[in-house]
Amino acid sequence: MPPPPSTRPAPRVRIHPLGDTALLAELGTRLDTALNTRAIALAAALKKRRDVRQAVAGYTGVTVHFDPDQTTPDGLGAAIKRLAAKRPPMAEPGRLHRIPVVYEGPDLEEVAARLRLSPARIVELHSRPIYRVFLVGFVPGWAYLGPLPEELELPRRHVPRTQVPAGSVAIAARQTGIYPLPTPGGWHLIGRTSVKLFLPDSDPPCLFRAGDRVKFFAAKS
Amino acid sequence: MQDLGRPHAIAAGVQPGGAMDRFAHRAANLVVGNPEGDATLECTLTGPQLVAEHSCLVAITGADLDARVNGHAAPFWTGIFLGQGDRLSFGGRRSGGRAYIAIAGGIEADRWLGSASTNLLAARGGMHGRNLKAGDQISAAREATRPAVSGRHLIERMRPQYLDHTLFAIAGPHVRRLDAQGRGLLFGATFKVSREADRMGYRLDGPRLATSGEELLSFGLTAGAVQVPHGGQPILLMADHQTAGGYPVVATVVSASMPVAGQLIPGDELHFQEVTLERARQMRLTLAAALETLR
Repeated sequence: MPPPPSTRPAPRVRIHPLGDTALLAELGTRLDTALNTRAIALAAALKKRRDVRQAVAGYTGVTVHFDPDQTTPDGLGAAIKRLAAKRPPMAEPGRLHRIPVVYEGPDLEEVAARLRLSPARIVELHSRPIYRVFLVGFVPGWAYLGPLPEELELPRRHVPRTQVPAGSVAIAARQTGIYPLPTPGGWHLIGRTSVKLFLPDSDPPCLFRAGDRVKFFAAKS
Repeated sequence: MQDLGRPHAIAAGVQPGGAMDRFAHRAANLVVGNPEGDATLECTLTGPQLVAEHSCLVAITGADLDARVNGHAAPFWTGIFLGQGDRLSFGGRRSGGRAYIAIAGGIEADRWLGSASTNLLAARGGMHGRNLKAGDQISAAREATRPAVSGRHLIERMRPQYLDHTLFAIAGPHVRRLDAQGRGLLFGATFKVSREADRMGYRLDGPRLATSGEELLSFGLTAGAVQVPHGGQPILLMADHQTAGGYPVVATVVSASMPVAGQLIPGDELHFQEVTLERARQMRLTLAAALETLR
């Protein structure tokens, strides 16, 4: 009988130094919700340590900033391997955000043409899944959401835009996301939302947190 | 205005910020008797003209921008007493990129997410989230906690060797994505800071570094990381770096070399030299000992 998912063997951890005050603990290299759950739990456990200044969960690993006067990469690496071997706490389903999207992005027609689908079908496919917040980062409030349905997979734009308006809903590869601020960007813009993702006067200053769930729905302009 | 940044905010995607040259920032504060985390003025390439409305103790560290008090050359890395009406000005850049000005009592600044550092993207921190402009009034945050002693200084041999642009670095998580030739170039060739250089990072001109392998999933980044995007032009991440990315990181500059990195400007040449963690630790302790002489 196959073991239940919670007793899956612990992933092998690879520790890579990032200079003398940070390291990257890699649990794997594949897009995998279970690995991401483990990375988020590991980051939370590491943040409680006195020798850790900050721990940020990525898709499949944790970037750990540490106090070099209190620990060494080797010492901390050994502690990380012990922590990662423990069964992660039962993953609580993250908060669910329902995000209204006006699907009138400047790239919608082009995306539809390249994927040989109708714009209506793009909207249907994009708004169907409940996405996971794999990682918060890049710019303030940005969250990498996924996995995007395979039918919508496209590489990034060849030439990134120098300015993408805040609130743009975009896709690239197996990911989707919302631009929280006007920034340069290479993703395909298929819609926009009025929901604010970057909340400078809140702490944390962002709506989404790693592990949250996001459902888009089509709204009228 | 900058301090030691907001490392806790990176989990929300907010750039850590903080002084580009933390050694000079800390030294400026310590010379005037402040805690090392107080806000200072980071002056990039040119300095301001400041008029003292009240007497105060100040210190100037980092780049040599030809600091003057009432037109006379001002001592460097040294506490200077300014009387009411005294004028602090800068003649022009002679070496380095960023000078730091500390005022006894610390500089009054907007705080955001635990730091006074200016974040232009979010328009928060420092002077209302923007760069300083003519007419701004800069105040001390509090009465100086220690008696004002001018003349306290950091001796010359304890200052960073800013003119030596060797950046000591540790091989990064994805260094194996470079072939033997690429690795030889990374730790052997001369690179030049391009015009695309700011507080976020420096794009480096020089040999292209070809990386192999499939696309990486995004992960958390750190200042000092040397990223290699498609096209092979490396980027050295600095204080306002993006917090996550998916380009290969082939090296990370060690903390003791970041003050030198923070002083580089477009056109400056540099090279990376691989070091062990033990050597990086010794270099870090040497800088810490220099600051300890000011406490």
